[in-house]
Amino acid sequence: MAESYTVEHGHAEQGHPALQHHFENMEQQREAATLGMWVFLVTEIMFFGGMFLAYTLYRSEYPAAFASASNHLDLKLGAINTVVLILSSFTMAMAVYSTQVGKRRNQIISLVLTLLLGVTFLGIKAVEYHEKYVDNLIPGRLIPGRPFDASGVHLLPGALKQNVEMFYWIYFAMTGMHAVHMIIGIGLISVILFFTARGRYGPEYYNPVEVSGLYWHFVDIVWIFLFPLLYLLGRHLEH
Amino acid sequence: MSEHIVSVKVYLMIFVALMAGTALTVWAGLQNFPGRLNVIIAMTIAVIKAILVVLYFMHVRYSSHLIWVIFASALFWMGILFALTFSDYWTRTWL
Repeated sequence: MAESYTVEHGHAEQGHPALQHHFENMEQQREAATLGMWVFLVTEIMFFGGMFLAYTLYRSEYPAAFASASNHLDLKLGAINTVVLILSSFTMAMAVYSTQVGKRRNQIISLVLTLLLGVTFLGIKAVEYHEKYVDNLIPGRLIPGRPFDASGVHLLPGALKQNVEMFYWIYFAMTGMHAVHMIIGIGLISVILFFTARGRYGPEYYNPVEVSGLYWHFVDIVWIFLFPLLYLLGRHLEH
Repeated sequence: MSEHIVSVKVYLMIFVALMAGTALTVWAGLQNFPGRLNVIIAMTIAVIKAILVVLYFMHVRYSSHLIWVIFASALFWMGILFALTFSDYWTRTWL
């Protein structure tokens, strides 16, 4: 007895062209994409969690040295960057919204604004890093002719000069990893912008926009914690 | 769970709240509160800001329970990371 199968490959007649054949429908595909991104973000939370743990440990070991080192950071630039990043999260949320309601022009404007704000953040970060370079505050002996030297840092009572360097190791590790994530995010959004301009995303299919948005907001959240922990921990002890 | 489109008004309100939180955290950082209050205030504001971003910008409020579980697992494992490490460091001086 010959049985004949017709293996269904490709898409059902009424399916959206973006629907991949291993998904039942667009709804399921979107759920899967969002879930996958969240699982990835959990690993990211753990990754940054390790650094937050290191920060907490060393801050409790050397509270005065950490406060002194933190006070040397540029609070104004740090605060401006916080505003820039939160604004970029808002424009990213608007990009997702515009895609959901199918307003292509707003979609492109929001994505371009997000990109510009992301680049602004990195530019301000670069200015800050340069200030640290000029003040010989790049930890270790990474910079030829400019080994770490804490003599420019005003020490609060109880702070030991040799413990100031640990703050800067942690500062550069955390803001550096955060900046790497920003660069990756800018890359993602550039790709999204390219395909948005080609009209690939709309109310029916916007998973990549949504998922990139989740990533961008996550990077924003990391900064929301980094800003008070790195810039604001000892200001009240001055004077 | 079907999609839920968050309105522009909600996004704007969250944005304003995040800006206010930032201003408040800078102000509080410059005040000399007694004891450990400075760090407690700073972290409380940061956690509230993070919750707003997660619930609204990241749409978790309107997401399926599975997403809630995944996100809660991150907090749970972070809790283990911190609890076990500090149960060591804080009790070393007891010996």
